[in-house]
Amino acid sequence: MPEPVPTTETLRGLGISPGRAAGRVYRMAGPPLLPNPVPVTDPVAESARAVRGLAEAAAELAQRAAKAADPAARDILEAQAAIAADPMLRESVDEQVRAGMDAAHAIDTACAHHRQMLLSAGGYFAERASDLDDIRNRAVAAALGLPMPGVPSPGHPFILTAEDLAPADTVNLDPGVVLALVTEKGGPTSHTAILARALGLPAVVACHGATGIADGTWVYVDGDTGEVGTGIGEEAAGEIQRRALAERDRLGTASGPGRTADGHPVKLLLNIGSVADLQAGVAAEGVGLFRTEFLFLDRRTAPTHEEQTSAYAAVLHAFPGAQVVLRTLDAGTDKPLPFLGLADEINPALGVRGLRVSRRQPDVLDAQLDAIAEAAAGSDASPWVMAPMVTTPGEAADFARRARSRGLANVGAMVEVPAAALHARRLLDEVDFLSIGTNDLSQYTFAADRQHGDLADLLDSWQPALLYLIAQCAEAGRAVGKPVGVCGEAAADPLLATVLVGLGVTSLSMSARSVPAVRDALARHSLAQCRHNAELALAARDPDEARRAVREGW
Amino acid sequence: MPERTVAVASRSGLHARPAKIFVEAVARQGMAVRIRVGDGKPVPANSILAVLSLGAGHGTEVTLDAEGPDADAVLASLAELLAQDLDAETVPDA
Repeated sequence: MPEPVPTTETLRGLGISPGRAAGRVYRMAGPPLLPNPVPVTDPVAESARAVRGLAEAAAELAQRAAKAADPAARDILEAQAAIAADPMLRESVDEQVRAGMDAAHAIDTACAHHRQMLLSAGGYFAERASDLDDIRNRAVAAALGLPMPGVPSPGHPFILTAEDLAPADTVNLDPGVVLALVTEKGGPTSHTAILARALGLPAVVACHGATGIADGTWVYVDGDTGEVGTGIGEEAAGEIQRRALAERDRLGTASGPGRTADGHPVKLLLNIGSVADLQAGVAAEGVGLFRTEFLFLDRRTAPTHEEQTSAYAAVLHAFPGAQVVLRTLDAGTDKPLPFLGLADEINPALGVRGLRVSRRQPDVLDAQLDAIAEAAAGSDASPWVMAPMVTTPGEAADFARRARSRGLANVGAMVEVPAAALHARRLLDEVDFLSIGTNDLSQYTFAADRQHGDLADLLDSWQPALLYLIAQCAEAGRAVGKPVGVCGEAAADPLLATVLVGLGVTSLSMSARSVPAVRDALARHSLAQCRHNAELALAARDPDEARRAVREGW
Repeated sequence: MPERTVAVASRSGLHARPAKIFVEAVARQGMAVRIRVGDGKPVPANSILAVLSLGAGHGTEVTLDAEGPDADAVLASLAELLAQDLDAETVPDA
């Protein structure tokens, strides 16, 4: 483990989710590494050690279950605790020790065995196989006397530090207890960034030295500037935290449509995955990106027409009279959907995904459009529909024809592929609006995999070349009087939001928690200032220079 | 040996929550109860791993067996539990 950082050091990383927070730091430990096998001299004591490891894992999981706010998360944790306490698992571990294995290896072997049995059961049951990995990691760590892997639970609110955060680490992350996220690795479009913005937590990524801060140290985190300071005490931390909460309250009470200081309207919309994401109390003007994948995930058969219609209708009903943009199924071998039966690809990001799936299976898209049309017919909302991964004007025209033939009047294309951005004007000859997915547009423009930690700097939404493509799209929209929105992570960055508006973007779509800070940023800039910010950002040589230039005038 | 066969009523089958509730109920009986699907190998019903490994989905018929003075009553109460939807939010105390 790295040496603890001296108490007055300020670390610097990339601020990727705005806001300030202060509190004590706790580090998320990684999974324990298995040491070399140790010969067992006292099998009785070794067995007791292994069983104690399992018991500690079970107790810790049960404790987490008791504290879990979300019922679904609680059920899973309770089942995990029951698995860790399972008499058969204990017996398998015991058998391995009697056969001469040390406690850590016995736990590892027994868990691997039962994991395989669950995988053989298939379906829902196979999903529990990953629970055994989690139990294995916890029990092995406990048997070796190492810190428990996973999100720590110190029993009070804290700032979480980690090498990096994967979705599995964070499903149970409680924004009421975690004050901020700081990771050693990661970039502006990494999972940590997306999660932090979705939860409204200040976050700093790519912060070298973060995991070296000793557990329990008081720190402050500035998610705007990327500063992580360790030289504060409890009193100062309390004051920073009080002010941060007051600021959040102030932003949260603002409402009304998005507009610049001089009244130029910019629609503030929500990115959602299902009707469940529409929290009460968020004053947004509609939905800018309704990802419809959730209906299709983990399915062996396609959802029925009725299932689809009722899911779409639920969202349309939640926004009577407002704009709701439904994105048709964005599947592919990077987001595999078993019922599509797509073949594995060597290079999935460049393969059959998004709208391209309809080359092979046009009926899936047609069925979805039928369901959207039916849901729309019974609602007051104005449903807009758009396709992901549109690449050519021909593809846009084909999609528009299919949607319009079902009476859907507002048809759009997502701009994620550079070819689409370069020919934005020709796309707009075919469709009524464009929505720029900045995450994928970055990936394809910079030829950098979104999951690749070493290339995170290329995927920074402030990259001037990305902004240049966005400017092309916005200009094309302005020329023909059609809306061009941004629905990627870029829209959730308050500072960058002013740049996007300056480039001519007409709507910004983001997770609900990001809306207040973006609304506030726009309200404090005139359209002329936004345009000036856009010029500064476009002229910058790199993302850091762009950020600095715009922040100076903030 | 006394046996009881019952169809699993829980929507997701004997999956996470239903399996946990069932296994806990078995453990409270303090009696060795076994469970199997069809002619499959009976497994200890107090083990959530064993129960999950049955892969018993919604509507799957499972057979419980036990040996002992109260076996019939115990099996009846466990069968009754499996005949309920244990995925539902409120489950009567089993």
